[in-house]
Amino acid sequence: MSIGNMLSNDKRGMIEIGAEKKVGWDEVTHGVVLHSFEDDATNVSSRKAEDRNYAKFSSYVATVASWRVVKPVYNRDICIDCQNCWVYCPDTSIISRDKQMLGIDYDHCKGCGVCVEVCPTNPKSLLMFAELHNLEDAIASWPEKKKKEEN
Amino acid sequence: MAITSTKNLKEFSTANDRFEGAHLLCPGCAHSMIVRELMNCTDDNLVIATNTGCLEVSTAVYPYTSWDTSWIHIGFENAATAAAGAEAMYKARKRKGTLKNPDAPVKFVAFGGDGSTYDIGFQWLSGAVERGHDFTYICLDNENYANTGGQRSSSTPIGANTTTAPAGRVSYGKKENKKDMMAIMAANGASYVAQVAPNKWKNMAQAFQKALATEGPCYINAISACTTEWKFDSKDTIHVSDLATDSLVFPLYEIIDGHELNITYRPKNVIPVRDYLAAQGRFRHLFKPENEHVLIEWQKRVDANWERLQRREEARV
Repeated sequence: MSIGNMLSNDKRGMIEIGAEKKVGWDEVTHGVVLHSFEDDATNVSSRKAEDRNYAKFSSYVATVASWRVVKPVYNRDICIDCQNCWVYCPDTSIISRDKQMLGIDYDHCKGCGVCVEVCPTNPKSLLMFAELHNLEDAIASWPEKKKKEEN
Repeated sequence: MAITSTKNLKEFSTANDRFEGAHLLCPGCAHSMIVRELMNCTDDNLVIATNTGCLEVSTAVYPYTSWDTSWIHIGFENAATAAAGAEAMYKARKRKGTLKNPDAPVKFVAFGGDGSTYDIGFQWLSGAVERGHDFTYICLDNENYANTGGQRSSSTPIGANTTTAPAGRVSYGKKENKKDMMAIMAANGASYVAQVAPNKWKNMAQAFQKALATEGPCYINAISACTTEWKFDSKDTIHVSDLATDSLVFPLYEIIDGHELNITYRPKNVIPVRDYLAAQGRFRHLFKPENEHVLIEWQKRVDANWERLQRREEARV
């Protein structure tokens, strides 16, 4: 459902506003409550994203992929699972499970490039490529290990 | 209180994120790094109030919410009041035995930008701290009103080019110094006051855990590098934060019960303030020859502040 449809179909906060009834400032419901989950949310901190029952109001179900012009590409072969990218990602887009880096959530990544900057390996296990660049081509064109510059 | 281990990053990464992606903060914004870390460093239920500002307008864009916890927004200035009210209600209902789940651990947190903390919400915050509510206030300090186009706030440092203190032929930008909110909150009676930066994740997580565990009002000033208004590339957020902490422009320290000051991070190699300023577009004009005196003044003030903090740490008063 598009945001426009969602807005026009959404009647919360408007219950008292009938066509025949004049509504004063004191009769309109204040505020709106959005529920992040379809079910009970009390033990959410012990559940991974894939085990949660997100409602359509959680931004988890939305995407900002259209913001991206460059995307990070992840190379598993070089990664040492240090989790630097996970802790510094501003968009919760590094998927990490059981202390292992699994990949990038391209629905939520905005392509800021912070993960590439904080990656400590040589060569980096995350690199930025153009959004339309093929993933296999990107991995194939990965740079070689850089030698230490001699002073 | 259930806390997530911060022994090392691998342990910490087993936390389950409760701040969802697809919020509308700028790419590379440090706000979400700070908020994510707060929510990852504890398993307790959180009740969060947020002042108007970048964080609020970007994470609750109808019909979406990015928060997996109880979250409320009321006005520009009163996140501290909202958190204090929720906390008072929680205590009262606990006493009366009308809570549905009285054993579940709950923590109350308020977020505000520097505009709503240093300026607009100042008296609300001050009042809530004075009343001694058990909550943690976190200021996401990006040194301007970034949400409305980069106006100066009382947190903006000297020499910064902002839309309401523009640099040009007659002015070098903002002329006043940054307000020392840490000292104000310590004097206000906050049980725990700390300055943290997202690039020092462990330092920050430990400060958050300490604040959440402390009974009474806590204030945390979190440096949030702003790619849009500080004018640097979005990938450099952590790099600029590193420059800020290593040049001692943002020294990381804590004040316990208003008198016990501890410096929590001492950079191995202190870099000149000049390097920190040069990384940001908002200070570009300071490198013209006629503004040299501002750079010298900057360094002098940073050195004096660092000296003062060290003396305070020794003196224990």
